[in-house]
Amino acid sequence: MSQETAMIKKVVCKKPEFRMLPLGFCAGCHYGTIYRLIDEVLEEMDLKGNAILIGGGGCSTLGAMAMNIDSFGGPHGPGTAIASALSRVNKDALIFAVQGDGEQGAIGLGNFVATAVRGENITVITMNNACYGMTGGQLAPTTLLGMVTPTTPTGRDKKETGSPLHGPELVAPLEGVAYAARGTVHSFANRQKSKKMLKNAFQIQQKKLGFGVLEFLSACPTNWKLKSVDCIKFIEDKMLPEFPLGEFKNIDKKKE
Amino acid sequence: MTEKILCTGNDAVARAAISAGCKHFFAYPITPQSEIGQYMARELPKIGGCFLQSEGEYAAGYMVLGAALSGERVMTATSSPGIALMQEPLSMMMTAEIPAVVVDTQRLGPGTGTGGQQGQTDYTYLTRGVFGDLRYPVFAPYSVSEVYEYVQLAFHIADKYRVLSMVLNDFVLARMTEYLELKTFDFGSLPEKEWALKGSANKGGRSDLLFTVTGFMIDIPGFFVQQKIKSDKIMESEIRYDTYKTEDAELILVAYGYTARVAKNAVNLAREKGIKVGMFRPISLWPFPKQALHDTAAKAGKVLVVEDGPGGGFIDDVELSVKGKASINFLGIQARHTFRPEGLIFPERILQEVRELL
Repeated sequence: MSQETAMIKKVVCKKPEFRMLPLGFCAGCHYGTIYRLIDEVLEEMDLKGNAILIGGGGCSTLGAMAMNIDSFGGPHGPGTAIASALSRVNKDALIFAVQGDGEQGAIGLGNFVATAVRGENITVITMNNACYGMTGGQLAPTTLLGMVTPTTPTGRDKKETGSPLHGPELVAPLEGVAYAARGTVHSFANRQKSKKMLKNAFQIQQKKLGFGVLEFLSACPTNWKLKSVDCIKFIEDKMLPEFPLGEFKNIDKKKE
Repeated sequence: MTEKILCTGNDAVARAAISAGCKHFFAYPITPQSEIGQYMARELPKIGGCFLQSEGEYAAGYMVLGAALSGERVMTATSSPGIALMQEPLSMMMTAEIPAVVVDTQRLGPGTGTGGQQGQTDYTYLTRGVFGDLRYPVFAPYSVSEVYEYVQLAFHIADKYRVLSMVLNDFVLARMTEYLELKTFDFGSLPEKEWALKGSANKGGRSDLLFTVTGFMIDIPGFFVQQKIKSDKIMESEIRYDTYKTEDAELILVAYGYTARVAKNAVNLAREKGIKVGMFRPISLWPFPKQALHDTAAKAGKVLVVEDGPGGGFIDDVELSVKGKASINFLGIQARHTFRPEGLIFPERILQEVRELL
């Protein structure tokens, strides 16, 4: 046995505890990976017993149904309002809302911004796949320019439907916002970086510093009509130039 | 001895809620009931509760839902157009069986309605339930004391059946000042809220999922079977109504809310003149006191429905109850003494109608 191989520790990956398996996501979708990440972080931070998840309506909520923690879900859009009120009543729990990009940027945009303005002590996790996954891939606020969807058959034209919305950057300048970031899970390195971001976001909530939002880029092979591997390339080539990664605001970091 | 105070209908709503143990209130200002929120904003922080002014009624509905997930008693109050904006959260609460209380202080008219006018135009909208065909209890008080009592009862009913519970107040009662005896009602024991979301560590490791997506979680027909059992129980046990001089009456006035006060005066006027008139007042608008009204109306043979509106679902409910056993007549908003904002249906006008019918 060489010295190098002797250094390798045996790592046993624990299977995440989900209430419902399979999760119900399409093959190649990244939502399952993101939920797994959430599950890992909650477990590593020992927060599972104290966490409450507010899911939404759309593909993103399938994971909310599966996570083995106290959860509510279903309504499309108002997750931030629901989480706000619950956090006012239960100040000790870790309360986070998971939303799709359409929920956050379109139907729930008012609630999202109002919650950020109030600086509610909750964390919002956004899943951005640049389309409405569950209803067939229609135009979302995050759809890229030129992208063909069932409701933009000739491609998104900014003269007609504007340009892609950047949720975290939109609210980052607000006084009540303590954390705003964007990550992705399309490569292992990015997955690990995003995991750190998620930990930062939850830590900020635990310290009661204010509103936090973390957006994840995600593939939607079914609606993008691409193979899973081509989706990775699409994220690299098309999504990343539009949606920069990183922490746009972290008031915890500044203090250090 | 219980304390007796002078109190408006709006303040009675707020006092009743706090007395029932409600410490969390979420609302958006709207005339004629903004005073409820103002009272809560002042008083709730003193008892460790929370008042939050939402970004709209849609959000207020969802905030009530969110806070109620904790198992605490929660309330919102609004007026007619606000109820329209709350339709989605109300249906979600009924679907996920999250109990909460909503007070609707109705104002006159469709659309935006009229912030500064009394009227009874919310009956149909409230009593037909939420979208998805689920109905919730609605109580219509007719005095400040009753407002105080029925808001407390609404909390009890909500927790007892895990439903949304509504109190239909109105402009006149909201702004009226009357004597009020401050007492906390005891309506009996309630089941533990084991379903509440508190984090699994706080309930022996068990985690719960409350969901409004009926199709994913359970079969929808099965869901409706459960709901039917529940609504049957409510219809069996929670009917409330009041009668006044109906024993020998040859005509029954049927009215709710402030109009019932006017109708009661009309009964007294008629009785002074030897005209045998009585009044039937539904307090629970759903479940509607069908059988009681049927028996009372059938005995008298004639019914005059008085409602300060154009007449809608209320007449339908009376007709469905009476089942043709009595003739049904209607006196509505056209009978006001003036069409200016201060217009009201007066007892004399009701008596005039009664004379024509008898």
